[in-house]
Amino acid sequence: MIKRPKPERFRLRRTMMFMNAQKPGLIKDAYIYGCDSIMLDLEDAVAENQKDAARFSLYHALTTIDYGDTEVIVRINGLDTPHWQEDIRVCVAGGADGIRIAKCESAQDVKTVEAAVEAAEREFGVEVGRTLLMAALESPKGILNAYEICTASDRMLGCAISGGDFRKCMQTKFQKDGIDMLVARGQMLMAARAAGVQCFDTVFTDLDDNEGFEAEVRQNKAMGFDGKSLINPKQIRLVHEIFAPTEKEVLQAEKIVRAFREQSAAGVGVFTVDGKMIDVAFIPGAERTLKLARACGMYEGDL
Amino acid sequence: MQIEKNAMAGTLESSDAMVTVEPGNAGIELEISSSVMNQYGRQIRATVLETLARLGVTDGRVTVVDKGALDCTLKARVECAVFRSCGKSDAGIPWGGVIK
Amino acid sequence: MKNAVGREIPDELLVGGKEVYQGKGYMDGKYIKKASPCTRRCEKPQESKIVDSIAQALRDCGAKDGMTFSFHHHLREGDFVVNMVMKAAIEELGLKDLTIAASSLGAAHDLIADYIEQGKVIGIQTSGIRGRMGQVVSEGKLKTTAIIRSHGGRPRAIEAGEVHIDIAFIGAPTSDCVGNCRGIGGKSNCGSMGYAMTDAKYADHVVVITDCLVDFPNMPASVEAIDVDAVVVVDSIGNPKKIASAAARISQNPRDLMMAENVAKVIASTPYFKDGFSFQTGVGGPSLAANLFLEKFMDERGIKMGWAIGGICKPMVELLKKGKIGKVIDVQDFDLDAVNSINQTPGHYEMSASQYANPANKGAFVNKLDFVVLAALEIDTNFNVNVLTGSDGVLRGAPGGHPDTAAGSKCCIIVTPLVRGRMATVCENVVTVTTPGDCVDVLVTDYGIAVNPLRPDLIKCLDDAGIEHVSIESLKEKAYSIVGRPDPVQFEDKVVAVLEARDGTILDVVRQIKPYTFED
Repeated sequence: MIKRPKPERFRLRRTMMFMNAQKPGLIKDAYIYGCDSIMLDLEDAVAENQKDAARFSLYHALTTIDYGDTEVIVRINGLDTPHWQEDIRVCVAGGADGIRIAKCESAQDVKTVEAAVEAAEREFGVEVGRTLLMAALESPKGILNAYEICTASDRMLGCAISGGDFRKCMQTKFQKDGIDMLVARGQMLMAARAAGVQCFDTVFTDLDDNEGFEAEVRQNKAMGFDGKSLINPKQIRLVHEIFAPTEKEVLQAEKIVRAFREQSAAGVGVFTVDGKMIDVAFIPGAERTLKLARACGMYEGDL
Repeated sequence: MQIEKNAMAGTLESSDAMVTVEPGNAGIELEISSSVMNQYGRQIRATVLETLARLGVTDGRVTVVDKGALDCTLKARVECAVFRSCGKSDAGIPWGGVIK
Repeated sequence: MKNAVGREIPDELLVGGKEVYQGKGYMDGKYIKKASPCTRRCEKPQESKIVDSIAQALRDCGAKDGMTFSFHHHLREGDFVVNMVMKAAIEELGLKDLTIAASSLGAAHDLIADYIEQGKVIGIQTSGIRGRMGQVVSEGKLKTTAIIRSHGGRPRAIEAGEVHIDIAFIGAPTSDCVGNCRGIGGKSNCGSMGYAMTDAKYADHVVVITDCLVDFPNMPASVEAIDVDAVVVVDSIGNPKKIASAAARISQNPRDLMMAENVAKVIASTPYFKDGFSFQTGVGGPSLAANLFLEKFMDERGIKMGWAIGGICKPMVELLKKGKIGKVIDVQDFDLDAVNSINQTPGHYEMSASQYANPANKGAFVNKLDFVVLAALEIDTNFNVNVLTGSDGVLRGAPGGHPDTAAGSKCCIIVTPLVRGRMATVCENVVTVTTPGDCVDVLVTDYGIAVNPLRPDLIKCLDDAGIEHVSIESLKEKAYSIVGRPDPVQFEDKVVAVLEARDGTILDVVRQIKPYTFED
């Protein structure tokens, strides 16, 4: 049985790729495309009468396939279905890194799932607290409650908006400029940042519209998202390219971190780099840039 | 476990297998066809028999139509078919117990 | 006797000067005596060579029991010609003990499997063998041992007289009344007729079968009237939909694209990737998609491809039309875009199979190739490739130009997924060696790249370009860790097919399949 390392609550999650947990040909090696996280789906991708079969497949995939550094998250069925409790049991028993709560609308939803996860962790002898959670916000109510959802549990790694259902609730359709979800995206981002968790954008479903996809990813990056949900491996590369820092940003970040370490060792709190005032507030951003640069193969330094 | 009624799991898609179980009382009657029979026939048989033994199934007709499924998929399909045959596939599965 | 790729070749096959495979370039510099056909003189003026039926043409050419008939495969899976001719020979003339020597055969020729079972057809010499014919030959039902040759090995064998063609049948999209043939201008167009050219020159008799008679002279002719005995006009020589498929589209499969990009990266890392380089690619998903990424690298470096060869399809024609390739030289066409371009687009020429790939002539194009990108059913840790037999040991493929281009090119890249379903593509020992490992340089899979240790120069190129690569053994282990270690395929002792290396030595044999049992 594959033993996965303890999940990291805050790690690089530029790309989270959905995979039908019921399709053996797909899930056996989805990691080769280099996405940061794989989202094995027990919800919409699996037909109602195959939920049971999908769990057996998922269990053996989780315990047999070496996904390496790729994070493995499972999207479970909604709390209004008869499936979610068994979904949680199989995720925890199989050692999934995290669970994506579909149609999450309140802190109580998170707490309900957390209780079931903890019970499963105890049942299967898994370290309590190991399994991470994230919330899919699919309705206006979910967006409005984003802050309480994001702060409902220490297991929460972040939240993601789910465009399909959300647009239906709002009685709108996909718009090229993103106006349909502008407020929701913004509000969710603010909530996530305030809660100190990550935030992910919805999928882009028209695989032939490369221009539209690129525009949306650029907007995501500009708005401050950490990453995006994807439906096809061919979308991965562009997201990684767009989310990559520029060479100038990497150089700057390296200088800042290096200078900060030297200066703080000498007891200096505020200093200048290339004529710009720098203090401790710049450090997390610079460190994040270096981490991202390393993941993009742009930085091989020692910081 | 005992196979109580006919049940099936899996598909005929590439990399999958379709497993059918039927009640019986003359030990395990196993029938296998596979697109990779020449190289993996014995391993498929061994995996299916091990899985049935783990589930404590001693009697029944088991038919496997394999389309190049990996062992983990074969196990999942056999287990699901057996649990379905007992009407117990939806909840309370002994993950990590007899399912491993 | 064991040959240079470690295959045991039965001594009884090593007769009449036949040798086992000794390694790449073994026959270089040796001399061959070319065979000469015995052909009819047509001294008197002749209005037309048209005869009423295939049966009549057979009678006129003196068809009899035990003869060898040759065919070419430009009509691909749409071909009606092989079946029409064999039906006339066997059912109308009552002939038996016939041998088919074709440039390739496919599922369109399932009918021939019946004639093999009836003992009417006793010999098969071909590159490709598939469908029911592959099955019955693998079951040991062919009276003699089938001979599998590459596209370059076939004209070599014909020229050397190792295959003596009694009657060559040319399926021609257009012909005039005396037998000048072209691959275009009719209703069943195939474009290039490169594989038929050597047959026409070395056969005792040549029969043209066409479904589109055109005015004399049909020029420029691919097969010339000077070699033709008779012309038969039939309703249809093939199904156009299966002759030239709709435009070959570049794969959208993300796995294929990922591998294709890595192929292009490998190519761009070598010193051969410079202005005027030469290139051939197969038409499989990832091989063809390599074109797309290669074009990007060409644009980046500001270089153009000098020439491309091979079976041709749309992506290559497009590059030619964009001015990114100097010349395309074409032995076969796979889609309508290529068919409609040959001899029409400036720089798009036709060539014969001998010109393309024959190792025994003095100037085959493959010998000047910089890169070839090819697929594989299996590749083993010695880089030996199998493109002929399935994992069940049954004949269902074709060496085609694979061994010829691999041997001739400076850099031969195999691109294949590591596993297909539960089949490990990278394995310990291929079922049949169709291309020897000493001709294969780089393997690109979805799980990593491996370079043949025989090519330290290429290893350095990849290292310098920062392209990660691993040992082929580690790829094999990864494959087995996914699908499990396969049991060796079980065979009977009887040899059902001999696989000739392109130089005429014996590379491998295919034995009769054994019905599968669970017993060890």
